[in-house]
Amino acid sequence: MATNDSTTNAKRIQVRRYKPEEHPEKHYLNEEKGLWAWLTTVDHKKIGLMYLGSIAFFFFIGGVLALLLRTELLTPARSFMDADVYNQVFTLHGAIMIFFFLIPAGPAVLGNFILPLQLGAKDVAFPRLNLASYYIYVIGAIFTLVAIFTGGVDTGWTFYTPYSATTGGNVMAMTIGVFILGFSSILTGLNFIVTIHKMRAPGITWNKLPLNLWALYATSLIQILATPVLAITVLLLTMERALGIGIFDPALGGDPVLYQHFFWFYSHPAVYIMIVPGFGIISEVISTFSRKIIFGYWAIALSSLAIAFIGFLVWGHHMFTAGQSSLANMVFSFLTFLVGIPTGIKIFNWLATMYRGSIDMKTPMVYAMVFLFLFTIGGFTGIMLGALSVDIHLHDTYYVVAHFHYVMMGGMVMAFLAGLHYWWPKMFGKMYSELWAKVSCALLFVGFNMTFLPQFVMGAQGMPRRYFNYIDQFQSFHQFSTIGAYVMGVAFLLMAGYMLHSLIKGKPAGSNPWGSRALEWQTSSPPELHNFHHTPVVINGPYDYHKPMSEFQLGIVSSHNGHHAEETVSVPKSEKEQA
Amino acid sequence: MLPPAKSTTAEATDALFHFINVTSVILLIGITIAILYFSWKFRRRSDDDVTPVIAHNSKLEITWSVIPLILVMIVFGWGFSGYLNLTTAPDDAYEIRVVGKSWLWEFHYETGHVSIGELHVPANRPVKLIMSSDDVLHSFYIPDYRVKMDVLPNRYTSLWFEATEVGESVIFCTEYCGTAHSNMLATAYVHTLEDFETWLETAGSADDDMDPVELGEQLVTRNACATCHSSDGSRLQGPSFQGLWQSERTMEDGEVVIADENYIRESILDPNARITQGYQPIMPTYAGSINDRQIDAIIEYIKTLQ
Amino acid sequence: MSQTSSTEEKLDHLKHYFVDSDQQFEASKMGMWIFLVTEILFFGGLFVAYIVYRSWYPELYLLASEELHTFWGAVNTAVLIGSSLTVAMAIRSAQLNQIKGLIINLWITIGLALTFMVIKYFEYSEKFAKGILPGSAYSYEGIEHEKANIFFSIYYMMTGLHGVHVLIGIGLMLWLVFKAKKKVFHSGYYTPVEITGLYWHLVDIIWIFLFPLLYLID
Repeated sequence: MATNDSTTNAKRIQVRRYKPEEHPEKHYLNEEKGLWAWLTTVDHKKIGLMYLGSIAFFFFIGGVLALLLRTELLTPARSFMDADVYNQVFTLHGAIMIFFFLIPAGPAVLGNFILPLQLGAKDVAFPRLNLASYYIYVIGAIFTLVAIFTGGVDTGWTFYTPYSATTGGNVMAMTIGVFILGFSSILTGLNFIVTIHKMRAPGITWNKLPLNLWALYATSLIQILATPVLAITVLLLTMERALGIGIFDPALGGDPVLYQHFFWFYSHPAVYIMIVPGFGIISEVISTFSRKIIFGYWAIALSSLAIAFIGFLVWGHHMFTAGQSSLANMVFSFLTFLVGIPTGIKIFNWLATMYRGSIDMKTPMVYAMVFLFLFTIGGFTGIMLGALSVDIHLHDTYYVVAHFHYVMMGGMVMAFLAGLHYWWPKMFGKMYSELWAKVSCALLFVGFNMTFLPQFVMGAQGMPRRYFNYIDQFQSFHQFSTIGAYVMGVAFLLMAGYMLHSLIKGKPAGSNPWGSRALEWQTSSPPELHNFHHTPVVINGPYDYHKPMSEFQLGIVSSHNGHHAEETVSVPKSEKEQA
Repeated sequence: MLPPAKSTTAEATDALFHFINVTSVILLIGITIAILYFSWKFRRRSDDDVTPVIAHNSKLEITWSVIPLILVMIVFGWGFSGYLNLTTAPDDAYEIRVVGKSWLWEFHYETGHVSIGELHVPANRPVKLIMSSDDVLHSFYIPDYRVKMDVLPNRYTSLWFEATEVGESVIFCTEYCGTAHSNMLATAYVHTLEDFETWLETAGSADDDMDPVELGEQLVTRNACATCHSSDGSRLQGPSFQGLWQSERTMEDGEVVIADENYIRESILDPNARITQGYQPIMPTYAGSINDRQIDAIIEYIKTLQ
Repeated sequence: MSQTSSTEEKLDHLKHYFVDSDQQFEASKMGMWIFLVTEILFFGGLFVAYIVYRSWYPELYLLASEELHTFWGAVNTAVLIGSSLTVAMAIRSAQLNQIKGLIINLWITIGLALTFMVIKYFEYSEKFAKGILPGSAYSYEGIEHEKANIFFSIYYMMTGLHGVHVLIGIGLMLWLVFKAKKKVFHSGYYTPVEITGLYWHLVDIIWIFLFPLLYLID
């Protein structure tokens, strides 16, 4: 659009400054009371917290399962559980962590809480759908729990056919659970896209959208485009077990490699559903704690979309040894390297944002730095696995296990914790102990590297994954790794401790403890039920730290609230108003 | 970090591995130093710190996009050319049929001889494995040779290697295939060309002058029976051999049979005909890979485990 | 908005978190469009399975599609296209504030959808009687192809899933009739009618693809 149109595309709004109340008496946590009010709430913030509670529960279960696995692996032969139990435990660890923790952690927990606040909206576009998606998640979870207690599932989280079509246990309950869960994810994505398109406060143009929302937007696109394919895949798998339709089962004339294509067509983009929200969080945290404008706003925003797009074209790199053609392998390997570039660009942009900033090493920022370090390792080892000849050696070894834990845990979990510590004061209006948070973070960092660095070495030496028994030469690596896992366990217990303490006895946080310019910090902590007293008006970018705070606290003056206008600002018209 | 390189293609793979490793470590150290240095150098001095407006820098951004792009394209080309060598078997390769079953590896040689759990190959000669599975997915992996390929039912896949030195290497199954996945191991024995030919001629007949019980004991290990059937009474995926002989067995359908010669023979050749109560029908058939004399020897061995 | 008084009294449908009716309407419509995209991808998985097996066994598709009744398939196509028309007319009636017309058109649409299901029922039961059952229960020997069961697995999955969507559509339209009788809809608010119509068009379009792909192979 030509620049001389800017005057006609602008509108003038009467505004005044609304300073957020520092210690609100009434807020979303106490305005409606009682369990029933919580269970039937359509408030995005409460739904976000309900998701937070649920994923914390599943993270705990998944974590305990991980510790059981690591304990069993202390010795090369049986330590304390049978092979069949071990196989069920690693299946559940994977399935729970991925479907019940990682996928909802970004969008459904932090996204739900923050997205409308960052848009200056009162809620998401479809609040009842939002609540429905939470209950769909719960129903999916119940099916999974039923599967665990009625025979278990020992297929691995990938449910590869024909093993998954023939093995005992209750695979069907699990696949139905995943099918249902998919709809929860789809509805969240749908809700976010519509909300970002239709419910931005006056002045929030696409180039003033916080990077967290760009990341959530990219994530939502993946959710709505990839998840239906997972749904049909697990539906076909369910039918395979129920009726023997034979599409994936070679015994009935089907093709197991087709299943792998279907599965990874979802599950590779799903990796980006898990990690891209993390990119958004890290952008917010680094800018806030460097108190500096983000470097390369468009590079970061568009690289999220680029990752989402290319992410759809690389699923075949999970199948380099599966028997697909050399040509297919070449194309998938090539595209895999392309997806590495936008990811690398983000890392450099974040570093450049810190350059000449005013860096305050508070806990969220420490987690962001931990993220940068661990995720970089995850990225580099991804390059290793993308190289065709090397992947032939490393595929399905502990190298892959270590790689995706560096990406998923070192990347997404650290980013999630950065976001949780960053927005915790906004969620509950209370601070946590900075000291204990840093101690726990340090323990987590040490424990994490102890656990997964040895796995790179083991994997390079040929230790296959999903092994109950292993040959003696790997024992010292496994033992080291197990000790690391215990250290992480302690770190998480510590975290649970200081966070509970914060909820009960935490010091009041004030509306904006970090001095951020972002819109969600321009309302009280915790926010009131409908987020803002006023309709916010945005005239600056969310990272414009060179502009005074007062310019970030503007709201529309409406005739009936008795306020008088302090000034008039000009904001671009929305797309609708232009039309 | 890597196991010894014992095939002709292994070193090319290792070179790329080391290239990526070293480049990554250098870049990682750079990034880490930047993180630490920035955190200290630009730490917050007062709450009124003013930060400069540096929103972008085209030169810098192009640099850090293009250099990684060049690096990954090198890695891509290098990896792909290495992969082509791994997939293109020389025409004169010696062919061996491999069958994966839950949970053992069978190797069929041109002479008709079948070995289970032991792959015998000549050194310094390309060997091509034509592989398929009898049941679920498996994956054939020899770390020392840096080769791996999935093994599928109803379809053939192949891989090739040329072992460079006489010795032994471990073979893993790397596609999860159920209970005893981690026990689905085998060993690759590399002989000199002459030794290999001698082995091939005498294989199978070498057992002839062995005591049946001793032979049976060997066969139980060699044929991977011991993966699922213990000889000390402990319960694995299948019933233990100890105390099996002449015992009364209750089947899944309630039938009671005596474990005699015919029962054991049937259990080896048509394992799913009768399933002992409390166990799964998961044993692969040995029909075609084991001869009558060997079955006799196994029966003799089981008789000794009272 | 010139008729301020009349719009204000009819704003009880407006949710508090929307600025105005337009925003609410557009958000709902966009949401439905996105949902339709997910539906297409959902069916897309089945279409991919269809294409993959067709490219592997083209002769199977020729043989097996002869078992399907092109005539009844064509009738069903006409029935669904007709119902798409009536649902469009229902939306038009709502826009014109003609609540009676809205209800009548919805009832016709429901009737056509039921006709479709009844024809589908006879097609299915005729096949079941022959032994063309889904999955491993397949026992028909009239097709000389070892993968005939897979064609019919795909057939049953595609038409079955489509049938489920028709049933859901019938349910939605019954609910619309119920709401319309309670005078919920008027020219200023007919979002549910509009988005159910969108959904119904999608159900129709999917059938328009299924019909030639399954019935008209030669």
